[in-house]
Amino acid sequence: MNITAAQYIENTDYDPPVTRIIQATIDGVEMFVPMTAGNRHYDEIMRQVEAGDLTIADADD
Amino acid sequence: MSKAAELAALIGSQSALSHRNILINGAMQVAQRATSVSDLGGSNDVFAALDRIKYFVGNTAGRFTAEQVAVTDLPGFANAMKLSCTTADTSIAADEFMGFKHLIEGQDVQHLKKGTSEAKSTTLSFYVKGNAAAEYTVELRDIDNDRINTQTFNVTTSWTRVEMTFAPDTTGTYDDDNALSIQMAWWLHAGSTYNGGTFASNSWASRTQNNRVKSSNSSFFDSTSRTLFITGIQYELGEQATPFEHRSFGDELLRCQRYFQSVDNARMTLNVVRQSDNLKRCTLVYPGMRSNPTLVFVESDGDGATISVQETATHGSELRMTGGGDSNVPHVERYTVEAEL
Repeated sequence: MNITAAQYIENTDYDPPVTRIIQATIDGVEMFVPMTAGNRHYDEIMRQVEAGDLTIADADD
Repeated sequence: MSKAAELAALIGSQSALSHRNILINGAMQVAQRATSVSDLGGSNDVFAALDRIKYFVGNTAGRFTAEQVAVTDLPGFANAMKLSCTTADTSIAADEFMGFKHLIEGQDVQHLKKGTSEAKSTTLSFYVKGNAAAEYTVELRDIDNDRINTQTFNVTTSWTRVEMTFAPDTTGTYDDDNALSIQMAWWLHAGSTYNGGTFASNSWASRTQNNRVKSSNSSFFDSTSRTLFITGIQYELGEQATPFEHRSFGDELLRCQRYFQSVDNARMTLNVVRQSDNLKRCTLVYPGMRSNPTLVFVESDGDGATISVQETATHGSELRMTGGGDSNVPHVERYTVEAEL
């Protein structure tokens, strides 16, 4: 997978807010990826992060 | 053999009379993503045309098209998957590979009793033909224990039903969960990294890379004339191939939707709840999926608002629409959710 962007999305319905989604551009497609092990997109994002090939941006304020 | 004797033999082999086929979409009925995808190749591991089939390709200049095609010369089947070589690669480097595979959850194969003293034989069958004679390899791979069992099959220019029984394996159990346990792979092209070792037919062993494919394996990329048609894929418990278990389109579609759903004309504006001028929310509900899916808005219009996703779950996702004021009507016309293995 070619991942060119990744950013956390904060769910502000909770107090404090929780983060369960990463918005990412994968193979040119914008995707909302759940932070769930076993989701193949999330697994690949984390693999690239651990390899130092990808950084996940903080959520917008 | 009388019908009663055939039935007794079938029961004796411990094959069920229904729900025998462990694989989904074996008759190639469902193609939610696309009915035809061209220019597959390079280094990809993708779901493209036809549900539940994943194409694996690496390090090759070869390219191919995958499509769902109508069948008129195989009574009982209306569809098949057709693969066509569009760019040949006759100089096969060691690390090249190409094929397609079915992926199966561990919780769906507990009845095979693998890794126990009561482990059962299993049988794969399918109908296949091509533009010319060829020999390819099927690899039954136990992902949980990294073990493989491989066999070859022959292709002719006429439909042939291939039947191959895999010996039971008393080593290594399949995990009882929703993760990948079985990978059934059809190898159509391989370099010496994968076929340069000692090929052992129908023998379980720990995965050794160069033993995975037979050295005499044909190359699907040897000519742009090369085609492969396949349908009626069935994987079942027991030592004999039973007639293909036909299922309704709706049944197969629902099974496929556990892993991928493409929804058109969702018209989610109907479900929006307005919380304030600048905040609206919507809950998307869909048939249960294998795990929390990735969501993609294929066609949407925020009408001035920003549509985002708060979370996705197996039965639904929560969307959030911010900005745009009181009168805007954000909507999603088409979306996909994916929880593939």
